Parts: sequence; C-alpha cells; structure tokens
Amino acid sequence: MTHHQPRIDTSPKVSDEIRKTTCYMCACRCGINVHMREGKVAYIEGNRDHPVNQGVLCAKGSAGIMQHNAPSRLRAPLKRVGPRGSGEFEEISWDEALKIATDWLAPLREKDPSKLAFFTGRDQSQSFTSFFAQNFGTPNYAAHGGFCSVNMAAAGIYTMGGAFWEFGQPDWDHTKLFMLFGVAEDHDSNPIKMGLGKIKARGARVIGVNPIRSGYNAIADDWVGITPGTDGLFILSLIHELLRAGKIDLDYLARFTNAPVLINGAEGPEKGLFLRDEDGKPLVIDRKTGKPAAFDQMGVRPDLGASYEKDGVTHITVMQMLAERYMDPQYSPEAVAETCGITAAKIRTIAAEIARVAFDEAFELDHEWTDFRGETHKTMTGRPVSFHAMRGISAHSNGFQTCRSLHLLQILLGTVEVPGGFRFKPPYPKPVRAHPAPHCGVTPGKPLDGPHLGYVQGPDDLCLKEDGSPARIDKAYTWENPMSAHGLMHMVISNAHAGDPYKIDTLFMYMANMSWNSSMNVGGVQKMLTDKDESGDYVIPRIIYSDAYSSEMVAYADLILPDTTYLERHDCISLLDRPICEADAAADAIRWPVVEPDRDVRGFQSALCDLGARLGLPGFVNEDGTQKYADYADYITNHQRKPGIGPLAGWRGEDGESHGRGAPNSDQIDRYIENGGFFVNHIPEGANYYKPWNAAYQDWAVGMGLYDSPQPYLFELYVETMQKFRLAADGHGERQPPEHLRDRIRRTLDPMPVWYAPFEDDVVDTEEFPVHALTQRPMAMYHSWGSQNAWLRQIHGHNPLYVPTKIWQANGFAEGDWAEVTSAHGKITVPVAHMAALNENTVWTWNAIGKRKGAWALDKDAPEATKGFLLNHLIHELLPPKGDGLRWANSDPVTGQAAWFDLRVKITRADPPPAESQPSQPPIKSPVGQGPDELRWEVGK
Amino acid sequence: MTTLPSKTEKKLGLVIDLDTCVGCHACVVSCKGWNTQNYGAPLSDQEPYGADPSGTFLNRVHSYEVQPLADSAKVQPAAQLIHFPKSCLHCEDAPCVTVCPTGASYKRTEDGIVLVNESDCIGCGLCAWACPYGARELDQAEGVMKKCTLCVDRIYNDNLPEVDRVPACVRTCPAGARHFGDLGDPDSDVSRLVADRGGMDLMPEQGTKPVNKYLPPRPKDQMDRSAEATQGEGDIDVLAPFLAPVAEEPKGFLGWLDRTLEKI
Repeated sequence: MTHHQPRIDTSPKVSDEIRKTTCYMCACRCGINVHMREGKVAYIEGNRDHPVNQGVLCAKGSAGIMQHNAPSRLRAPLKRVGPRGSGEFEEISWDEALKIATDWLAPLREKDPSKLAFFTGRDQSQSFTSFFAQNFGTPNYAAHGGFCSVNMAAAGIYTMGGAFWEFGQPDWDHTKLFMLFGVAEDHDSNPIKMGLGKIKARGARVIGVNPIRSGYNAIADDWVGITPGTDGLFILSLIHELLRAGKIDLDYLARFTNAPVLINGAEGPEKGLFLRDEDGKPLVIDRKTGKPAAFDQMGVRPDLGASYEKDGVTHITVMQMLAERYMDPQYSPEAVAETCGITAAKIRTIAAEIARVAFDEAFELDHEWTDFRGETHKTMTGRPVSFHAMRGISAHSNGFQTCRSLHLLQILLGTVEVPGGFRFKPPYPKPVRAHPAPHCGVTPGKPLDGPHLGYVQGPDDLCLKEDGSPARIDKAYTWENPMSAHGLMHMVISNAHAGDPYKIDTLFMYMANMSWNSSMNVGGVQKMLTDKDESGDYVIPRIIYSDAYSSEMVAYADLILPDTTYLERHDCISLLDRPICEADAAADAIRWPVVEPDRDVRGFQSALCDLGARLGLPGFVNEDGTQKYADYADYITNHQRKPGIGPLAGWRGEDGESHGRGAPNSDQIDRYIENGGFFVNHIPEGANYYKPWNAAYQDWAVGMGLYDSPQPYLFELYVETMQKFRLAADGHGERQPPEHLRDRIRRTLDPMPVWYAPFEDDVVDTEEFPVHALTQRPMAMYHSWGSQNAWLRQIHGHNPLYVPTKIWQANGFAEGDWAEVTSAHGKITVPVAHMAALNENTVWTWNAIGKRKGAWALDKDAPEATKGFLLNHLIHELLPPKGDGLRWANSDPVTGQAAWFDLRVKITRADPPPAESQPSQPPIKSPVGQGPDELRWEVGK
Repeated sequence: MTTLPSKTEKKLGLVIDLDTCVGCHACVVSCKGWNTQNYGAPLSDQEPYGADPSGTFLNRVHSYEVQPLADSAKVQPAAQLIHFPKSCLHCEDAPCVTVCPTGASYKRTEDGIVLVNESDCIGCGLCAWACPYGARELDQAEGVMKKCTLCVDRIYNDNLPEVDRVPACVRTCPAGARHFGDLGDPDSDVSRLVADRGGMDLMPEQGTKPVNKYLPPRPKDQMDRSAEATQGEGDIDVLAPFLAPVAEEPKGFLGWLDRTLEKI
C-alpha cells in the first residue's frame, strides 16, 4: 500500500472551561487546572502560575479524575445496624445524623468535655478542627502528626524555629551539594522533583542517604545505603570530622546561634541553664569589651570561646561544650562505621566534600541587609551545601535527636537561611517562644482554656492533672514524652480501650484509617474497637467517623458523616495552618466546588459548622444562638482569629485591597478563584535570606500578620528546655517525673544532640531478629487512599517484600516465593522479590498497598487484598513488656512520635506458600457495592 | 503492506533524561488522562476494580537494576536502579508501519509522527508484533491499536496557549526529564542536548532508526572511588586537604578558635 495520510483535526476543542483549584491527591497541594466538559471533569493538569508546582503535576494529581469518580465514594450518612466491624449500615438523613451526634456529644460537654476524643488524620484544616475542639472544651484533640513526623517538626522548631518537611526547602537555584535523608513522597513532592531536576541540569551533586536506592536515591550521584536508625550517629561523625578540621562557620555561629551563650557549670538546680541578665536574656561575652552582654545588644560581638566566673560558678560557652562532646573519639568514622554500615573512608570523604563545597565554593550575593543588632552587611554570604530530610530519620525512637543532629550539622556549616543552603518558608522562621504552650484546662460547658497543641518550655507547661496524671487521653505532654507537639494519635484507641489514663465516651475521627494502615498492631486495634465490657457495651462506647470513601475504618464506626471529594468542596490552605508558601513568598490557597456533589454528602468542615451550632459552641453561634457560619466557605471568609487576621491572607479589607491584615471581605473567595485559586505575596529582595535575623524580613512578616512584632532569635544548638526536664529528673523543681522515667529522661532529653540505639534494639534479641523492615510511600500513589484509583492501582497494585541479595541467597529464595516475616510482636506471610540496591540487612515494601477485603469498592480477589499486606501487623504501639508491669510506648521519648521504623524482623522461606497473604481477615460488607467491570472514561462527546 | 514516506520535513520526538527521571509515573498518567479524553477512542480499563486490572497505556515506566561488575571477581560497586520511560519512538524506519495490512498505521510526512488511523485499523495486532520496543497496545474495549501520538492534538492546537503545545508527558514531568522538539534540526534545543549529553538510540541494532533519544545516567558513586583512594586502592584523594586537622582534641580546638576569631 502506498503512503496514505488521512486528514486529522490537530486543533480540537480542549474543554468548555478551566476551573482552577488545589489538588488533594496527597499533601503537596499543587495548583490544578480542571478542564470541564458539559459540566463534568474531563482532564486535570498542573497550573503553570501556581507557586508550588509551576505547571507540573505528578501521577497522583493527573489521576484525580479517577479519585473524584471512584465507586468507593460514600453516598449518604450511615448509621450502624450490625455489630461493629461488620460493615452493616443503613443510610440516614443529614438531619438525623447530626441529631444523633448532638445527642451523644451535648451531655458530654455539659458534664465532662474530656469524654470526647476528637482526632483528625490527614486533615488540612487543623486550625479549624482545633477551633471546634477548643470550643467544645475537650483537651483531647490532635491531628496525625504524632504518628507521622512530629520528631522532625519539633526538632526543627526547637533548634532553628522552622523545620524540613514542606516548611522549608533547599535553595535550589544556588545549591551545589544536596544531601537528602529519608523520603516521604507525599509532602513537597513536586517541588523536590523540580528542584532535583534543576540542580541535576546544573551538574550539582546529589547525595542520597537511604537504606533503599529507589526514587530520588536512584538518581543521586552518590548513595549511602545506611543502616536504619543510625543516621544520627553518621551525622555526628561528620560533625566530628568537621570540628577537627575547623570547617565550621565561626562568624555565623557567633552571630546567629547560641554557641556563644554562657552555660552554668555548677551542680545544682541551675546546672546547664543559661546565664541570663535581669530581663531574662541569655548572656554572651562581648569580644570588644570582654564583658557579659545580652545576646541581642546593639553592636555586640559574641565570643565563642569565652568562659566567665560569677559568684564562684564557672560558665562556659555552648561552643566549648560542643567541641568537648563531638571531638570525642566515640564519634570518629572508625568508631561508627560498623554500626552505620558505612565505611570510615566514605564518611570521611563525604565530610571532606561537604567542607570543600561549603567553604571553597562560598559566594556572595549582592544584597545589602541589616541584622537585628543594627549591623548592616553589604552582601549575603552563600554556602552552597543544602540538606533535606523526611520521615526516614524521623520515625524512630531516636528520631528527635537525629533530626536535631542534622540541624546541628547545618548550623555548624552556616548553611541555614543563607544563599545556597536551606531556607524557611513563611510563616517560618518563628521562634519557639512565639508558639503557644499547650493547654488542657477543662471546665464543663465551657471552651478549653487555650489552644491544645504548642511547644512546652519546661515542666510547668506539661499537660498534667493536679494529681500528676496525664490530662490528655493520648498522654501527650507528659513525662513519657514531654515535648509531644503534635499529640499521639496512635495511642488514642489503645489508651481509651485500656482506660489509661481514663475512659472516654465518644471517639470522633476524621480521615484517619485507624483500623488499618494508620495503626500499629492492626488486629489488636480492631479488637479494641469491637471489645465489649461485662455489661455487653462496647469498651469504647461511641465512634463517629468522617471520610469521603469506603475505607477500612468505616466498618468500625457507629455513625458515618460522608465527606465530599476534593473537587466538590471548599478548603483553605491557610497561613494559620500549613500553607503553600515558598522560600521567597507567602502564599495560601483555596479549594472550591468545581463540581457539586451528586450524592448526599457534605464537606466535613461544613458539617462541623452545623454540629457546632447545634451544640451551642461559642465560636459557632451568634449572640442569639443561631448558627454563625452557614458552611465552611462562610467560616473561611468571615472568621477572625485576631482582629484583621483570618484563614486567608489575600484580598482582605472591605475593598479587598489589603493583604495579610484587614477586615473580612465578602468577595474574598471569588477573588481567589479569579486569581487561579491562590494568593502569593513575594518577600522583597534583601529580606529573603537570613530571615530570623534580617530586620527587613521581620518587618515584612509583621505587615503580613505572621508576627505581631519582630521576633529575631538565636538558633538553639543547645536547647535549654530539655535541660529543664533533666533537672527535674535529677530531683529539682516542684513537678517531678515518676521514678521509672528519671533515667530515661536524663539520657534522652540531652540538650545537645545525642545518639542512642532505637529502643526496639534494647528489648528484642537483635541476634534473633537481625533484619530491619521499612516501608516507603510510592510516588504514584498516596498511601491510604490510592488503591481505589483505577489508574494508579495498575501501577502499584502489588507490594512484594523487597529482599536484599544477602538475605535472598541465604534463604534460597526464587522468584514467586513467599516468606514468613516475624517480629517480636507478630508474623506475616507475604510474597518476596529480590532487590540488590538495598542495605544488606534491610527489607522493605510499599506502604499501605495492602487492603482489607470489602473495602474501597474493590473486588474481594483484588491483589491488594490477596497478595498485598501491611507491616503494621508486626509493629505494636507498645514495646514488649519489660517485666515491670508498665506500658512502654513504642514512641520517641521526647516527642512521642510513633517509632515505625525501629522494627526488627527475622525472615524465612514459606514452604508451602499460602494461598493468600497472612494474616488474612474476613471481608467487611461494602456500604457502596463494587466498582464496574470496565471503564471507557470519556466525557462530553 | 504500507510504505513509509521517503523523507519527513521534521523529525519530532522526545529526549528522555535517564539521569534525572525519578520514576514517578507522572508522564504515564498524564498521558493516560489526555489520551482517554482526546485522540481516537478512550484508553479503556478492564477490571479496573477487580482481581487483574489491566488497561491501555501509551507510555509506561519500567525500572531496572544495574549491578556493575556483578559477574567479575572484583569488588562490586553498589547496585543502581534506572527508571526507564518507554513509549513509541517514532522510528524513521518504522516496522509497525510497513507491516500494516490496511494502511491504518502511517508516518506523517510533515513531522514524522507515527499514527494509527483508527477507522482503518482492524485490530490484527501485526504492528505490535513488529515493534521491537513493545510500544503499541491493543485497546481491549475498542479493538483498535493505540500508541503514542506525540500529542498531535496538542502540539499544533490553536485552542491551547503556545507554551502548552507540547506533549502532555513533557508538560507534566516534575523533574524536567522529558524534552520535545525537532531532532531533524541539528540546531534545535533537543538536538544540542543529545549532542552534549551523548544521547543514545534504543536498540540501534534493530535498524529502526528511532527518533526519540535517551540521555544516559551520569557515572554514579564517584565518592566511593574517592574513598577507596584514601585507602590507597584508587585514584589520588583530592579531598583529603579539606579535612586537614586543626586540632585533635577539644583543648587544641579552643586554641584554634581563639586564633581564628582574632582574624574575623
């Protein structure tokens, strides 16, 4: 046949209209263009104008159309009619559902508000949900940070007033060496990919530190396949080498950190505390005068090496204490190499390369700026070494100190908030003292005495009752984990079931799959949720749950409030919460209903506006008792946290021309929609680096409403708050820890970063359980709710256990084999696959691919249910009993973060292999039926 | 059998950077979305919520482990993982076209894009068999052959802003690992990129003359070589001077501190 070329239309109409909103396929919050045809969603692409993703979009975002139309969407409020866990429900009206909830909750508020535990999972409206909980009056509120990454948040904020995660970013435009530890592929995911692309194009070097060489680590120029849980030790060894070589930024340390602050060296109640002046300001020795001076005094030049005698007490600087500790041979590369699984030569090479780039490739940006001491600098010094870390170093029982170690390394190099280094995104930097302390004061019928979550600054801020027992159901802010800034959602069900510290009546949760992948000890948690007491009542009497989809948790609730999909709802991604800012700009965003729901569902926040009014909560009713906010959009527009400060920063004031501060504007949401769904306000040049100390930035932040007054501060290489807890452990002060925790507090709440082996190593036989087991989140599927997505489950429908060569060969594994994987807590039997680019003592799998039969509108034979599995069965929320009768949480002792990655296992070949992954649970009844057999998805043709 | 044009005015194609691709599948799903809604029949999915979900994709990402020196007696460097996106390469000598019995498969004279005219396609599958790259997929619902169109309905589309007239996979790639342009023009950005980075043909021995090119990963784990050097096993250690000690213990360190601070 000769060449025959048909005429085709190369300019077809693309869509009727583009509606711009914010993605919610994970926590990255990219801007999306939703192409509409005949009123339906036809195609989703990235919004080029958006500060987060600048037009690009990941696999999850592009598959949003399948999420929005998923057959697993709940359709109407549900009332449980079968036993808990069966999945038997009847559909009820919203009026009935809200009446039931009101009838349950109103008496609790009247008698004892703490009988309500309200915990939200992957909530992006925490400033609103906490407002509800605070008005209700219960101390029992948190989102999911405690089982996610509070170590990272708390270590960052206590050390440097800002954190990794999506709250900061490498200076992608200037960095020449980027070192990435651990990954959580659902926060800042497109910006990190864009940044990697940028620095790769420039030929800059990427070092990946991760036991698993996949994803970002696969493209890293150099890979450090570290042993899990030893990152802190590796980092302290780098610090050891840099100190010995004098490759630290003395000028930066003297000016911007508490390295020159004087520490009391005398035994007694003041030991390890700062020497302060009468105003309480930490003192340094001024090199010009040789005399003590307040750290922030105009013109002071702090001396890093000073010592000072006062009243017979010797005070030395933090810098001297750092040198004393980290120059010790216990941190030499040779000493740590075996534990970390990295050769001493490699540690030294990495330290040398860091030193070379930080100091030999330093550069100046021609930006004049004035610091908080009034000194003007002609240029900004850049040190082009940047670090980023995520969940990998955080989800360990030594995670807080490991995160602190990494921040110490960054700060010693002078690479935080400088060109080429790590940069904060507004509202950070923000010193600890500018955060609230936690509140737990309960009065029946009244709101709580302040915000639930915050940053303690000593034992006085702990959430303890008068008898010293925990005030919160999750035991946050107690001696077990004093600095638990995000609460401990993973302990709520376990503690409520045990009645420890007390019993509750109603457990109210939102978007948290606590009967499945969001809990440790899945089978145990399911039993706790369904357990009955002697009188035949459920031990946890009532459970209300809100979700958009038929998740595993739905079956375990008594009342379901069905949420909308992300394209059907209002949301604000707020500066009061977790905004979408960039290092150069403050930014926030909205979601708005680009389509209306075709089911009897409501945005959860709108439902709370109604419920709050029915309960008569002060923040939710007008003076005449009528409902204050018709829905969430009304709240977003009209709520004021402080006069002039509301959920959204853009287009405030009656004329809509004020930004940051201003009266509510009834057209505000429309202005956001006109602008593509977001608002951005750029930080002026000269104010955009050195932000914690930069007077121009501080003034800009006050104008934007981020602070009420300038808040310059020093980076805390030494965290005095931690020393206060240690002093208490030594017997000083009124509030005293229980005896069994004194030693642990002394050891783990060290005010300077320290490394100790993960707790599981202390309580299990590491010879018997020699293998580390981890999970990773796939880039192409959001853990928890991806398996219902028809397109994404074709990419990630299976999750074998990946096994390194050494273990593969030792067990004689072959393709298609299964393995029994046993921990101190439980056993699973699962399919295995070989992976060579993996730490030789580590196995891993994709997180949360495994699904319960009957959930997510999947067929009962779906591979997610038959071959998929969770490691969660192997992990307990408590450490194995130590014989002392006490319940020791499997959590970080500083923050209470769930220590998911401490897990140790042994592995053997399963012969014969089982028919399905074990443990296999019976199906739950689907309240939404099953999805269709075929999709030919095309709209408007 | 169908003839190929003797020459095309342009050679539009993709340049895919294997040094930068993180294997995120963004290109895969963006392609699925655009091409489900646009050119030809929608890309269908069988058993989308079932035991064996299987749908039509025009672009897929495969991952391969590379184990340098695995078969030698030398110490093995760390294994590597390469993400490898694969779609139609729009070959100059496209065997999928010449094998087509109906003329449904054809290569466009103006830009070299290989397309399937679905109204002439009988779903015989010969083209998929002839393609050495496995780049074509028969849509099970429609019974016609589907393949990458280089988003022919985007790249010339007057209804899109000019900046968006690129294939969906290129527009969406977060890492910027995908580039689109005329590989027939030696001065085009993509041709320069191929020249600078040693861009390669996929399986050149097949003689298909693919238009798409792959940029190879840069050498990995150079620090390990540097580390070996410190143990006298490799090249000279150029980094050693950066760790020349100023002090071995805290006391000496404080002396150094004082001396250095004097100079600041």
